[in-house]
Amino acid sequence: MKARVTVTLKAGVLDPQGQAIEGSLKTLGFPGVASVRQGKVFDLVLEGTDVEAARSQITSMCDKLLANTVIENYAIEISN
Amino acid sequence: MKAAVIVFPGLNRDRDMIAALTKVSGTAPAIVWHQDTELPDVDLIVIPGGFSYGDYLRCGAIAARSPIMDQVRARAEQGTKVLGVCNGFQILIEAGLLPGALMRNTSLKFVCREVKLEVTNADTDFTRGYTKGQIIRCPVAHHDGNYFADAETLKRLEGEDLVAFRYAEGTNPNGSLHDIAGILNARKNVLGLMPHPENLIEAAHGGTDGRALFTGLLGQAA
Repeated sequence: MKARVTVTLKAGVLDPQGQAIEGSLKTLGFPGVASVRQGKVFDLVLEGTDVEAARSQITSMCDKLLANTVIENYAIEISN
Repeated sequence: MKAAVIVFPGLNRDRDMIAALTKVSGTAPAIVWHQDTELPDVDLIVIPGGFSYGDYLRCGAIAARSPIMDQVRARAEQGTKVLGVCNGFQILIEAGLLPGALMRNTSLKFVCREVKLEVTNADTDFTRGYTKGQIIRCPVAHHDGNYFADAETLKRLEGEDLVAFRYAEGTNPNGSLHDIAGILNARKNVLGLMPHPENLIEAAHGGTDGRALFTGLLGQAA
């Protein structure tokens, strides 16, 4: 079983790295870039086949380590 | 004063901190490795600066989940004083001992220079050597010192007088909200700050403004 965790900054949290990337995209001449927010992706390979158990375990992983929930949100996708 | 310094792989300010504690107190601190699960009986636990685990994931995130941190948390709850400087501050925040988050500097640059700090609360074990409103010099050296907390947390920090140090006179080097340089926990026995008082304790450093933090602590514990 595979899982992908996407961690992004919460709305309203300043993202200077995203702003720098946005500036660079504009410098490269890409039109119409209104905003860039950067984040992290974690790809996990899990043993077992119980999707709900995996979701529960990954939620705990996110709360304890993968995300800093003061400033970040996370989303979990699980695929077989 | 009996002190212990916690050492994680990737720190680089641990020797400076050990030297400062030894010079001011006359006694060398105990050195405790992050994989240890026991702490000696001490009055003060210090987490120095550096780049624990190469700042992987988030600054301080991996170190904050090290085995020794359960003991640090338990001692803090019992009232033992805990000081975290720079990466140590980041580790205390990641461990949940202090609120908020320390994010990438708004300039995106590593800043290594001297700033001015205002002592905003001089009525703590850490800051008793200063007077409220005093402006002191202090070096900073960090990439992720931009203090962030939600509006409710900021209100609580200000309302309960938990901001110990603020960047003064337009010297905020990192974009920290409310110019916050150092904060206390609600019980005021845990202090985290980004600047390095241990690097300004004797004339050879070019100043001694950081020394009063250590002498203040020493006077308390004797």
